[in-house]
Amino acid sequence: MSAMLDLTLKIWRQDGPKTRGAFKTYHLKGISTEMSFLEMLDILNEQLIQLGEEPVAFDHDCREGICGMCSLMINGQAHGPETKTTTCQLHMRRFHNHDTIVIEPWRARAFPVIRDLVVDRTAFDRIQAVGGFVSINVGNAPDGNSVPVPKVNADKALDAAVCIGCGACVAACKNASATLFVGAKVSQFALLPQGQAERVQRVQKMVAQMDKEGFGSCTNTSECEAACPAGISVEMISRMNLEFLKATVVGAT
Amino acid sequence: MSLNAEQTGSSDLVSRVPSGPVAEMWDKHKFDLKLIAPTNKRKFTIIVVGTGLAGASAAASLAEQGYNVHAVTIHDSPRRAHSIAAQGGINAAKNYQNDGDSIHRLFYDTVKGGDFRSREANVYRLAQCSTSIIDQCVAQGVPFAREYGGTLANRTFGGVQVSRTFYARGQTGQQLLLGAYGSLMRQVGLGKVTLHSRREMLDVVTVDGVCRGIVMRNLVTGAIESLAGHAVLLCTGGYGNAYYLSTNAKGCNVTAAWRAHRRGAYFANPCFTQIHPTCIPVTGDHQSKLTLMSESLRNDGRVWVPKTPGDKRAPNTIPEADRDYYLENKYKGFGNMVPRDVASRNAKQQCDAGRGVGTSGKAVYLDFAEAIKRLGQKTIEEKYGNLFHMYHKITDEDPYQVPMRIYPAIHYTMGGLWVDYNLQSTLKGLFVLGEANFSDHGANRLGASALMQGLADGYFVVPYTVADHLATSKLPPVTTDSREFKAAVEEASFRTKQLLGIQGRRSADSFHRELGHTMWDYCGMSRNAAGLEKAIGKIRELRAEFWTNVKVLGHDHELNQNLEYAGRVADFLEFGELLATDALTRNESCGGHFREEFQEDGEALRDDANFCHVAAWQFQGDNKPSVLHKEPLTFDEVHLTKRSYRE
Ligand SMILES: Cc1cc2nc3c(=O)[nH]c(=O)nc-3n(C[C@H](O)[C@H](O)[C@H](O)COP(=O)(O)OP(=O)(O)OC[C@H]3O[C@@H](n4cnc5c(N)ncnc54)[C@H](O)[C@@H]3O)c2cc1C
Ligand code: FES
Repeated sequence: MSAMLDLTLKIWRQDGPKTRGAFKTYHLKGISTEMSFLEMLDILNEQLIQLGEEPVAFDHDCREGICGMCSLMINGQAHGPETKTTTCQLHMRRFHNHDTIVIEPWRARAFPVIRDLVVDRTAFDRIQAVGGFVSINVGNAPDGNSVPVPKVNADKALDAAVCIGCGACVAACKNASATLFVGAKVSQFALLPQGQAERVQRVQKMVAQMDKEGFGSCTNTSECEAACPAGISVEMISRMNLEFLKATVVGAT
Repeated sequence: MSLNAEQTGSSDLVSRVPSGPVAEMWDKHKFDLKLIAPTNKRKFTIIVVGTGLAGASAAASLAEQGYNVHAVTIHDSPRRAHSIAAQGGINAAKNYQNDGDSIHRLFYDTVKGGDFRSREANVYRLAQCSTSIIDQCVAQGVPFAREYGGTLANRTFGGVQVSRTFYARGQTGQQLLLGAYGSLMRQVGLGKVTLHSRREMLDVVTVDGVCRGIVMRNLVTGAIESLAGHAVLLCTGGYGNAYYLSTNAKGCNVTAAWRAHRRGAYFANPCFTQIHPTCIPVTGDHQSKLTLMSESLRNDGRVWVPKTPGDKRAPNTIPEADRDYYLENKYKGFGNMVPRDVASRNAKQQCDAGRGVGTSGKAVYLDFAEAIKRLGQKTIEEKYGNLFHMYHKITDEDPYQVPMRIYPAIHYTMGGLWVDYNLQSTLKGLFVLGEANFSDHGANRLGASALMQGLADGYFVVPYTVADHLATSKLPPVTTDSREFKAAVEEASFRTKQLLGIQGRRSADSFHRELGHTMWDYCGMSRNAAGLEKAIGKIRELRAEFWTNVKVLGHDHELNQNLEYAGRVADFLEFGELLATDALTRNESCGGHFREEFQEDGEALRDDANFCHVAAWQFQGDNKPSVLHKEPLTFDEVHLTKRSYRE
């Protein structure tokens, strides 16, 4: 059943990458519990436009939890209070009348703020560009069924591949580490026969680029797993570490 | 007209469909197309706008071949394109199930599914390419669903009687896009692709009648920039958001296609829009988008409504005898797996007859109880876990316990920029791929065929056809300093300033919502002449009001999401009129285009004598009527028959 909420929002406002930001407080009345969190922000923005104040900038697109575009720290939690849920899938029924909600952008050295709640996550693309693929040109592929893949491996590879690249793992980690993100990609290919040829170089290059981008190191607190809306497990990190170790021992370049 | 001559429409439309038997056309055509020698490819620059399945696959393939590629996207990363949201699967005529599938059957199903309004030659080629797509994706490490023996698994989609859909749980689009994105990023790493993210294409630039580049806004700095090259590929997706509420992502837009249309690319069949039968129903005025529940769910879910209008009992307490499984009863051969247009229309008929469920009465049940009993919850979870999770999140109801409530919503657009067999638009040098073109799905797309088309266009078609353009066209050197580019940049900046200067009283969102209501009410699941005329009047008024009363705050030299949005709404307001005009002009019902005046027992009544053609519209100027060109369609392989799913 739907109910109506009156809310206080404390939202990070920052005009641009080089300007200083600050929290600003807004009061919103009559928010239906049926609304999604982003629909609540839509209402705020509509009201701001009417008042002549620039609306709050935030990233979003699919609004169904798959594109990885939405990215908010809500009361100190990446994507808010619900597990395995992106901000766009979070609904206002999770909140109570007269709640105060603090909304911030992802905070990480490698994700600089562009404006308000929008951050730059292109560091992830640069990590992908050094190894997040199988080097196969179009036209060279053998028949899809020529290499059988055990169902368990295919399923496990998919468990890794469902990462939406939102960056919540980085935002939730006190060291702003990207190991869950990288571990997921490394694991996907390590589990599949198609990924074997480049197995050694892949993990080395992706880890090197991750360090270069300024992400912190992993200290195994598993905050990333708790925040991950796609349910990626920290097993991916263990597997990546193993892959990295093996690659170092093999000594390949 | 036979296919043995180059096909010319009633006007200047040249479809370039090759001669000969349909099964041999593509091979013959590939042989006839001119090539660019490997060492010469690096002398050419190709601009690819959009990095969804169509754009990412095209950009990666062209770069692999040695061309210099610019890839442009409105998103922060190519991986965010709306293809990521595709759930159910991708078709391919592999016949791995040994159930009688073949290229010809996929071709036949698609032509029939499209209600005989697509080009046979294109559809045949699509079916031919389908098998290589799966091979390519597997090789990229896409983790498709597998059987215990390690072979690829399949499921069934609507409108067909074989199992040819490949999938990765309910995240097939994500996995395919990430595969293509990987290939694209590899080329970015190798320096063959220059990636321009957070850039919105605002115009195409034509030099001596040939498309040579684009103008785009840097969404972070607000700078108006341009790119010059030897060919431009538009892969910018569909226009479903003209209806405001749709299953598309919020950023999906018609801007790129519409701007190209204004520069000379004809727009084909804009009224062919797809309304998907299984979406989560609207809950209130705050609603910002609608969420799809994949068609694949109809493999195991059964659609029903209470037999008695107004029956408000909880679904689980309604006995079998009081339920109407109307699709199973009416369409014996296909049951719940009828095509989308048929399923949507039937849902509407049930709700209009007062048998709809839920608080609004605008929903029908999609029930898994029987499947859960038969297969166990674990199996259902494996197949559709993420969809059930999504449904639960949004509605707060657990679909393992109670049936889903679903209702049709705008989902996909079959119409798009007109292209010839080479995927080239009427603007020379401008190619259009994926959902942005009109070519393969006629008046109704079958499930799991859009992913197939995007990847066929990008991996397997355009790399050949672009080469022919480069080899045969006069393409003198052009830079962004040329007069044409400067003028286009000037125009785009002017428009941006214009939007900021109005300072009216209504937000862009309020205009968009109002447009959406008009489109849905008069140009949605069922249409009639009086309603369409009314819609056209309303859209014109709304457009006029927009340009005097929209309120866009902020500046042009910064990240300004409101400004971006206002520009897109402005284009929807122009495009919406064309969509309604096309619907009004097409005096027949076919596929997703249902004109109330033309029906038989509630089924669409086609008029092949007068409307067996592609309607391609030419822009004439602001507020001037567009000119209609017709490309006649011939059916030599799949004979024109009444489309029926009853047997
Ligand atoms: C919820 C949902 C589920 C679906 N499920 C299936 C399915 O199971 N099977 C199936 O076959 N099909 C499915 N479809 C349809 C299919 O996903 C799409 O038709 C297809 O992915 C479109 O791909 P595309 O590459 O043409 O466009 P998109 O993936 O939409 O990509 C468009 C690209 O263009 C860019 N862009 C847009 N405008 C501009 C601009 N002005 N300037 C610069 N860049 C721009 C975007 O950034 C993006 O990169 C589904 C669709 C939806 C909405
Ligand atoms: S908006 Fe796409 S994941 Fe949230």
